[in-house]
Amino acid sequence: MSTAVPNVQLSAEGRLVERHWQEMLFKRRLYTWGGIFGLAVILAASLWFANETNAGKFFDRLPHFFDFIGDLIPRSGAEIWRAMFDLPSPFADGSLKYNYPDGRFYLTENIYVPEYVYKMIETINIALVATLIGFTFGFLLCFLAAKNLTTRRWLRFFVRRFMELLRAFPEIVIAGFFLAILSLGPIPAVIAVAIHTIGALGKMFFEVVENADMRPEEGLRASGGNWVERVWFGIVPQVMPNFLSYALLRFEINVRASTIIGAVGGGGIGESLRLSISRGHEAKTLAIIILLFTTIVVIDQISAHLRKRLVGNQAFEFGRGG
Amino acid sequence: MNNLSASAVDEIAARHHAVFNRPFIERWRAPLIGVVVIAYLFFAWSLFGIGEAFRNGNWNIAGNYLADWVSYEARPDIEYDGDYLDVEFPRFSPLGKDPDPAWISKTTETVQREVVVNAGAGIGTETSTQSKVNSFMVPGAPGTQEGGADSGSTANSFMSPGTEKPAEAEQPAPETKTVSETVVTRVDVEIGSARIEIVPRQVSVDYGGETLLIDIVPDESVSARGELPAWASQRDAGGDILMNFGFAGTVEVESDEVKVRHRFLGWENFWFDTNSPFWGKSFSQVAGLVFSGERIDPDMSNAALAWNNILYNAEWQHADVWIKLLQTIVMAFVGTLFATLLAFPLAFIAARNITPSWLANQFIKRAFDFLRCVDMLIWALFFTRAFGPGPLAGISAIFFTDTGTLGKLYSEALENIDDRQREGIRSVGAAPVLVQRYGVVPQVLPVFASQSLYFWESNTRSATIIGAVGAGGIGLKLWEAMRTNADWENVAYMVVLILATVFIFDNISNAIRSRLIGRDRTED
Repeated sequence: MSTAVPNVQLSAEGRLVERHWQEMLFKRRLYTWGGIFGLAVILAASLWFANETNAGKFFDRLPHFFDFIGDLIPRSGAEIWRAMFDLPSPFADGSLKYNYPDGRFYLTENIYVPEYVYKMIETINIALVATLIGFTFGFLLCFLAAKNLTTRRWLRFFVRRFMELLRAFPEIVIAGFFLAILSLGPIPAVIAVAIHTIGALGKMFFEVVENADMRPEEGLRASGGNWVERVWFGIVPQVMPNFLSYALLRFEINVRASTIIGAVGGGGIGESLRLSISRGHEAKTLAIIILLFTTIVVIDQISAHLRKRLVGNQAFEFGRGG
Repeated sequence: MNNLSASAVDEIAARHHAVFNRPFIERWRAPLIGVVVIAYLFFAWSLFGIGEAFRNGNWNIAGNYLADWVSYEARPDIEYDGDYLDVEFPRFSPLGKDPDPAWISKTTETVQREVVVNAGAGIGTETSTQSKVNSFMVPGAPGTQEGGADSGSTANSFMSPGTEKPAEAEQPAPETKTVSETVVTRVDVEIGSARIEIVPRQVSVDYGGETLLIDIVPDESVSARGELPAWASQRDAGGDILMNFGFAGTVEVESDEVKVRHRFLGWENFWFDTNSPFWGKSFSQVAGLVFSGERIDPDMSNAALAWNNILYNAEWQHADVWIKLLQTIVMAFVGTLFATLLAFPLAFIAARNITPSWLANQFIKRAFDFLRCVDMLIWALFFTRAFGPGPLAGISAIFFTDTGTLGKLYSEALENIDDRQREGIRSVGAAPVLVQRYGVVPQVLPVFASQSLYFWESNTRSATIIGAVGAGGIGLKLWEAMRTNADWENVAYMVVLILATVFIFDNISNAIRSRLIGRDRTED
């Protein structure tokens, strides 16, 4: 770039400045290329390692990459809707593949909820209960972790480490542990997701609290309010919209998380999906995927709309605290 | 403080009408939401059957499982053999083969006794001559193996596997022999502060200043003399008596044996398993062997042998666990990196201020939404079918999902950039690519990098979970260890490793991110 500039004779100071600038530029480029080179080496090593320890080798299996699409082509398009709404199939042969009406969940004599819709509702409820529990405890803990409200250093330290532990503890272990005690069902999933949510929401909440305007709190302190009153009347009203918005975001994430936990034994739609894929039931798999996809899109849209109403156009980093 | 007069109060109320007379909804919103939430929780309670599930939960096992995280049990059985006793350890006891721990002391005497030896009864003969006593449990009999906490399968353990055979076959001529052998007449077991003295037909337990005497009619009944202390329980009269000595362990007196469960704090055989020649040796002994001892295995040096034994420790499987952990890390790293590399150019097409074509914007944006909303789980399940279980499936799943997520975030960041820098570059006549390179990229790169780093960190966590559905990594190993309900200490080990990994990567990512954002600020 500098070569394009017409050659002007620089003064001694000017040459010194230019030399420094060139040195800096060189150093910076060295770092950049060194970094890229290092990253490329690590990436190559990682890929080699991943390929080496995988059950099938990448290039052997690459032609099968889109095999799953073959798993998604039912015998007729209408089968998908039959599977989704538990209508009898013309291909019914008594096998699990076409036994759609068997999964019906009867509310009354005649009205039923289709199996996968019911499972989807179960998964959403797992996420909702977990988010509510997480919100409650995260709410209670966050004020103890905020620098501006808790002056005792050890308490803050302890609460923060505790929330970090809840966040980092693998959900699957909590789910597995409670599965061993409570046997199969949605409760282990609720507990696992809720524990993670407490940590994740607690962290985001105390960051919000630390950025809160302290003047209302000072006013309450001046008129003799105790700690609980100061927090409840001085801080909570101004942080509540942000809290709710984070909780909605967390709810979106929890719907996905409870689907995954479901697939490893926590019940709900995740389990149905895993079973149906491993058994090769095309219509059922596709029905579940469509249902799941629609649900996630709808929940995302509703939550985005509500969040916008709550906190305006304030941007959110997606999945913060994940 | 001055008390306000009634008129002053009225005046304030009139002046701030909106504050003192808020509409009904606004005033009762919070309690209403609370009521709805509580009503919903009641609904969920019944939907999930929470009450029932909690009542039916195996809460007494929960304590054991939790204790298993940081401790292990030695499980000797003391069996009654007529007038003698026999101490048996399960085959894969953490104390090694045929252990003789100090907390079990046996009183022995030598007796002459007649033994029936069945000639030509196949395995039965072999086993009975080996143990010198016929129809008695052989150390290797499968019946002695107990899986985890469930111990209901030992009903038939008195018979060695071969002894059932001769009864069906033609009666072989019984042959009696008189042998002299050492027998155990009394066993003293020490569990924490409890002393258990076992002699044939009687067990006496001394714990917490109380003494319990238990009479046993072999194979018939168990009965305590006097009241049972608080630490002992008997479900039905004549049935087994279970004594609980807290963390130190339990003793169950049955009509045919006494089951001792002694718990020790720590991870047993963490470095060397019981088959290793280094097992049970202190650190200095091992070091001595490694550096100066004679070769134990002529094919390799002691150091190599020790290293090998540690890596392939049968109980802890260090090599496998670390490889799986590395797989998880690699899955998160490669998946996120590829997602970043692909999302970066696509985001430029998706951003409406960079690519002025509505069609292209919408197409890429909807593609991002699709990738994002088809869950990581679904991708993981599909790619597990394509590549077989392993990290490639995990990498692909993370790559697909995060291309969508990162693409969405990147394009949003691009749409919020400051346009003046771009205009400046364009005004000096730069080519379109250079406009992006010098007008856009410097603004968004720190944001992009920070978001990618954040996802790298968060994927390290989620890679654990999708691993459990077969996408490779430590998740599956964790899940397998949990399913048997017997290896909670291995679960604890892996959890510690995962927590350490997450902690390290959190810190690395935080450090880089704060540097990136810090540099961003100084450049402003």
